[in-house]
Amino acid sequence: MEPIFALAFGVMIAVAAYLILSRNMLRVLLGLLVLGNAANLAIFLAGRLGSRVPPLVEAGEATVAVSANPLPQALILTAIVISFSLVAFTAVLFENAYKRLGTLDPDAMRDAETPPGEGLRDDERRE
Amino acid sequence: MMRANLLLALPVLCPLAGVALSLLAWRWPLVQRGVSLAASFGLLLSAIALVGAVHDGTVLATQFGAWQAPFGISFVGDMLSAAMVLIAGLMAVAVGIYGLAGDASAREYAFYHPLYQGLLLGVTGAFLTGDIFNLYVWFEVMLISSFGLLALGGTKAQLDAGVKYVTLNLVVTTQFLIAVALLYGATGTLNMADLALVLPTVENQGLVTTLALLFLVAFGAKAAVFPLFFWLPAAYHTASAPVVAIFAALLTKVGVYAILRTFTLMFDGDTGVTAPIVGAIAAATMITGVLGAAAHFDIRRILSFHIISQIGYMLLGIAVATPLAVGGAILYVIHHIVVKANLFLVAGVIHRAGGSYHLKEIGGLYRGLPLLGVLFAIPALSLAGLPPLSGFWAKFGVIKASLDAGHIALAVTGLAVGLLTLYSMLKIWNEAFWKAAPERSVAAERRWLGEPGTRVLMLVPISALATITLAIGFWAEPFVDYSLRAGAQLLDKSAYIDAVFPPETAGGARIQESVP
Repeated sequence: MEPIFALAFGVMIAVAAYLILSRNMLRVLLGLLVLGNAANLAIFLAGRLGSRVPPLVEAGEATVAVSANPLPQALILTAIVISFSLVAFTAVLFENAYKRLGTLDPDAMRDAETPPGEGLRDDERRE
Repeated sequence: MMRANLLLALPVLCPLAGVALSLLAWRWPLVQRGVSLAASFGLLLSAIALVGAVHDGTVLATQFGAWQAPFGISFVGDMLSAAMVLIAGLMAVAVGIYGLAGDASAREYAFYHPLYQGLLLGVTGAFLTGDIFNLYVWFEVMLISSFGLLALGGTKAQLDAGVKYVTLNLVVTTQFLIAVALLYGATGTLNMADLALVLPTVENQGLVTTLALLFLVAFGAKAAVFPLFFWLPAAYHTASAPVVAIFAALLTKVGVYAILRTFTLMFDGDTGVTAPIVGAIAAATMITGVLGAAAHFDIRRILSFHIISQIGYMLLGIAVATPLAVGGAILYVIHHIVVKANLFLVAGVIHRAGGSYHLKEIGGLYRGLPLLGVLFAIPALSLAGLPPLSGFWAKFGVIKASLDAGHIALAVTGLAVGLLTLYSMLKIWNEAFWKAAPERSVAAERRWLGEPGTRVLMLVPISALATITLAIGFWAEPFVDYSLRAGAQLLDKSAYIDAVFPPETAGGARIQESVP
C-alpha cells in the first residue's frame, strides 16, 4: 500500500507545483488546494497505513493489540479545516483582485511593484 | 502548579478574549477600541508576570487537558519565550495606541481590532507552545490575521500585494506541514522536548539532517532570509502604518524564534551540515537586504529591506552557536523589534506630516518638527549600530562571538553592512528632514500641526519606544545579562526537557511510544 500512496503524494506535489507556477491565478488557487491535500496525505502516510480497527479499548482489557493510529487522523482533521479556510479566503481575495485589477495574470499585476526609485505613485493610487 | 498553568495561559487568553469581544462589538468602534487596548494591556501585564517567574532560570511547563507530556499539548515558558512574549505585549500596547490615531475609523469597520488581536494571539501562541504541530496551527492563526490586516482598505496595490503574500506564505506553511508529517513518520512524536530526546536515537541520521533543512526552509521563508525574502518587500509597503509596524515587529521574528528553538532543542546534533549553510544564508541575507535598502527611495521600502538585512545578524548568531552568539542573537531580536516597529511608526508620522512616503516629495521636516527629527534619529542610529544605542550592544555581541569562533568573513560582512545601513538611514534623514521642503510637504505639515489629538496618539508610543531603545543602550547590563542567560539556557536543553517531563514522574509516566 505505502508505495502507491507515496507515488500519489509525489504526483500531487508535481501537479501542485505545475499549477502554482502557472500564470493564471485560478490555477494557482487549484494548485494550493492540491498542495494542501498532498500535505494531508503525507501525514496519513507518516502515521503508517495498515489495519483499520478503531483504537477503542474493550472492557476488561488494558490495550488494543492492532489498531489504527488515531493521532494522524486528528492532525489531518485540523489540517483540513485550516487549509479549507485559507483556500476559501484566498478564493475571495483572488476574486476581489480580479475585479479591481482586471487581470488574472500575476505578471500583469504591477500595482504594488514599481521600479526602484520610482515608487512614489502609491499615494496617488490610494486616493 | 496552578500558578504555572495560569502564567502560561494568560498571554494567550488575553488576545483570545480580545478577538472574541471585539468581534461581538463590531458595530461600536469605541467599544472595540476599549476592548482591544484592554486586551493588549492584559497581554503586557501577564507577560511581565511570566518574565518575573522565569527570569531566574526556571522553566515553566503545563499540559493542557492534563494528558501526560508526549501525548498532551505542552505549553512551555523559558527565558527566551517569556522575553519574546513580553516584547510582543509591549508592541501590542504601543502600536495599539498609535493605531487609534488619524484615519482609524475606516479601518475599524473592516475588523481591524479583531484581526490585530488575532495576530497577537498567533504570535504569543507560537512563542509558548511546546509542540511542533501546534506551532503550525499558531502560524496559521497568525497568517490568516495578517492576510486580513494586509488587505484592509482594499486598494489596488494592497490586493496585488495580498495575492503574492498569500500565495507564497501558503506554499511555505504547507511545506512546513509536510515536514511535520515526515518528522512524525520518523520519530512517532511531535512534542518538542520528546523530539529532543528521540531524534538523536533515530538510526537514519541523514533523514534527520534532511528534516532539519526542510524546517530551515520553512522557518527561513517566514523569517525572510535570502533567497526566500521576496514576499516581504512585495507586500509590506502597501499596508497602513500601524499594520506594517506590527508586521515588521513580530511576523519575521516568529520565524527567527522558531529557528532558534528548533535548532537548539531538536536539531543540534548535526551542526556540521546546517551551521555552514545558516552562516552563508546569514551573510547573503545581510548583504542583499541592505543593498535593496540603498536602492530605494520610498521610506517603507527602505525599512522593509532593512528588516531582511537585520534578520541576517540574528542568523549569524544562530550559525556561530556559542553561548555569546546565541545570547547576542536574542538581544538582537529584542532590540530589533523595538527599533523596527518604532521606525515604521515614525514613517507613518512622516507620511502624515510630509504628505508622502516618497523621499523625493518631502523635505524640510526638521525646521517645523525638530522633535520628530530626534525621534527618527534615535531608532535610525540604533539600527545602524552606533554606540551607545541598543543596536551597538546587540551587534557587538554577535560580531564578537563570530570573531571569537574564527568566522572572520562573517564578522567583516556584518561590520560592512552596518556602514551601508548607516548610509541608507542618512539618506532618509537628508531627504526627509534636511533638504528644502517642496510645497506639498509644507501644506501637509501645516495640516499635521492642526491635529493635536492625532499628534499625541502618534508621538506618545514613538517616544516610549525611543526611551526603551535609549534604556537598552545606556543601561545595557540587565538586558545583556538576561540575553546571555537565556542563550545559555537554550544551549543547555536539560532544563527545558525536565520541565516538560518532571523527573519525579520520569520512570513510570513517560512511556516511549513505539512507532507502530
